Amino acid sequence: MSSATVGDLVSQPYKYGFITEIETEKIAKGLSEDVVRLISAKKEEPPFLLDFRLRAYRHWLTMQEPDWAALGYPPIDYQELIYYAAPRQQQKKASLDEVDPALLETFEKLGIPLSEQKRLSNVAVDAVFDSVSIATTYKEKLAEDGVIFCSISEAVKEHPELVERYLGTVVPANDNFFAALNSAVFSDGSFVFIPKGVACPMELSTYFRINSGDTGQFERTLIVAEEAATVSYLEGCTAPMFDTNQLHAAVVELVALDDASIKYSTVQNWYAGDENGVGGIYNFVTKRGQCRGARSKISWTQVETGSAITWKYPSCVLQGADSVGEFYSVALTNHRQQADTGTKMIHVGPRTRSTIVSKGISAGHSSNSYRGLVQVGPKAVGARNYSQCDSMLIGDRAAANTYPYIRSQQPDANIEHEASTCRISADQLFYLQSRGIGFEAAVSMMVSGFCRDVFNQLPMEFAAEADKLLSLKLEGSVG
Amino acid sequence: MIRSDAPILLEIRDLHARVEDQPILRGVNLTLRAGEIHAVMGRNGSGKSTLSKVLAGHPAYTVTSGSVLYRGADLLALEPEQRARIGLFLGFQYPVEIPGVSNLEFLRVATNARRQEQGLEELDTFAFDDLVQERLRVVQMDPAFLERSVNQGFSGGEKKRNEILQMALLEPLVAILDETDSGLDIDALRIVAGGVNQLAGPDTSTLLITHYQRLLDAIVPDFVHVMAAGRILRTGGKDLALELEERGYDWVDAELAQPLAGAEVG
Ligand SMILES: Nc1ncnc2c1ncn2[C@@H]1O[C@H](COP(=O)(O)OP(=O)(O)OP(=O)(O)O)[C@@H](O)[C@H]1O
Ligand SMILES: [Mg+2]
Repeated sequence: MSSATVGDLVSQPYKYGFITEIETEKIAKGLSEDVVRLISAKKEEPPFLLDFRLRAYRHWLTMQEPDWAALGYPPIDYQELIYYAAPRQQQKKASLDEVDPALLETFEKLGIPLSEQKRLSNVAVDAVFDSVSIATTYKEKLAEDGVIFCSISEAVKEHPELVERYLGTVVPANDNFFAALNSAVFSDGSFVFIPKGVACPMELSTYFRINSGDTGQFERTLIVAEEAATVSYLEGCTAPMFDTNQLHAAVVELVALDDASIKYSTVQNWYAGDENGVGGIYNFVTKRGQCRGARSKISWTQVETGSAITWKYPSCVLQGADSVGEFYSVALTNHRQQADTGTKMIHVGPRTRSTIVSKGISAGHSSNSYRGLVQVGPKAVGARNYSQCDSMLIGDRAAANTYPYIRSQQPDANIEHEASTCRISADQLFYLQSRGIGFEAAVSMMVSGFCRDVFNQLPMEFAAEADKLLSLKLEGSVG
Repeated sequence: MIRSDAPILLEIRDLHARVEDQPILRGVNLTLRAGEIHAVMGRNGSGKSTLSKVLAGHPAYTVTSGSVLYRGADLLALEPEQRARIGLFLGFQYPVEIPGVSNLEFLRVATNARRQEQGLEELDTFAFDDLVQERLRVVQMDPAFLERSVNQGFSGGEKKRNEILQMALLEPLVAILDETDSGLDIDALRIVAGGVNQLAGPDTSTLLITHYQRLLDAIVPDFVHVMAAGRILRTGGKDLALELEERGYDWVDAELAQPLAGAEVG
């Protein structure tokens, strides 16, 4: 192994690749207006939602799949997908004791224990299995503060007026091809509502698990923070290993009113395909937050390590005066993975500020692109943006690209962009090794050093987790 | 200090090594016993740094023949990190910068890797802090350097001091210091030499690679070796260094031209 070179990095086998055997109710494959109606009927939805879905569907029919990203994949046949699948046990159970033990076991295996005795003490979890929420912990405790944390299907039933007021107001149903598709067929996801003046007493977290091999995954998440409310939310994702690709087209909408603050963190570890690029998730996600109120703040932190393809641009619309948008991202690609990810910071209101810190790490034959837009409108007097985009290359067959777009209609806007590219050199690794630090530990030391600015933004409970995840991805990486 | 009955720490026998297709080491023989200080001198490009990196296990160099025993066991079979853990230390001629990796954290991980091998308990951040403060004094280094990334933006002399700080923390049995004196100002040279003398003891051995007598005035060697064309051409006592200072290396060419050496060197 003393001849190990930096070029030989490969990830270790995916830990979460198992499939849970469970009876599932599925509808026939294919998409049509009838299918949209069927989904809505199965979920017993109010008319406003069926309307929303149908408008989205009709619009989707007129749209083209985007092809501007630096991604290559064979055409997706949308009639070959199944648009509704749910574990047979339909009714959401009032108590965890009634949830199918196979499901609880699945989440336990993933490190997300849901039962009263074992659950994380400071984190409320919504567990979503194949796009259906199966359990939400600490609901009652959160309700004491007026915080609503439940599946979006439940929210539609129990708080329809809130859903109707906010759904589709940040990401309109016709926003883009994948968002329109999601709006037509979305199955489940999380709903969070933090009332005026409340600081959410614990971390909220949704854990997404794809289980089924031929089902499209269309989650929908909506988070609303009223005046001066604050919340920190984290999502995690894994999927079994299939040699086919699964489509995952989620939409996340965040709304922050005056002085509210939302911190949204993602640790994405969908199955990435094998080292030859067979299988893996197509992750086409629209995430957007709207700083609607003055002095509001939305902060995105993402650690993207999985998926065969990642197409994702968590964005902030900075409408309120003095509002703040942040985007901190680590995207690691290996083997044949492709990522085209970044953010949009849309400065609308005066004195709005945004920060972008993006760290791309590419190993193997992968391709990793940062694509970001900073837009400053005519009313955004005194807007400021700082962007920093760093790429790290491991080996000599990986690619890294940076596409920063700046559009400013505000002559006095202050926009700063810094970019850098580095490569882990054999001499750096040897230096660490010659001090007793193993090759893999040396690689992960350098990688975590590179990512520190982003990891520092993650909720404490998850920062160490993210660090471990990256090491894991690069472990066994020595030829 | 020479004791002919002192245990052998490092024994290099007829070592040949190449980089890509280029032979660089062409039959190095050298024995280091506990308590001894050796100096290796020689022209630029004669193979001194190559020897040090081959001993430390740099992947760019391939050993083509010969052997190296470290306390009687095959050193060349070990990973670089394992060589370090069992007490081999290389102070680099050109220490690299490692952005993003905190110097303090790096020093702690390295120290604990060595301690684990020695069967000592791992030092937590507090215990390590005490240790590092103490060892900083050996090299009279400003604690502010601990807060920075490894070697990043350090001046040439600061990098060399950081090397000696690492040595002070790792307490090696065999320390190879490759031109640790170059780039040091006069005061720093005295401090670093003092540090090396302090760390050298009856159980350890030091191999100093240097071009200058002034280092050997401060750290007096028991043996001086002259390296040329990938071999040790001549070995003597500390006076050999003084002789080199006076005569330069021209005589080396004559010696290399001798039939026996010439045949081997090609
Ligand atoms: N990685 C490498 N690739 C190509 N050539 C190399 C490499 N490493 C060493 N060499 C060559 O091997 C020879 C010996 O180099 P080395 O660095 O060991 O010399 P040195 O004795 O340390 O010289 P100096 O006194 O200048 O430090 C030189 O000709 C050098 O160019
Ligand atoms: Mg040298």
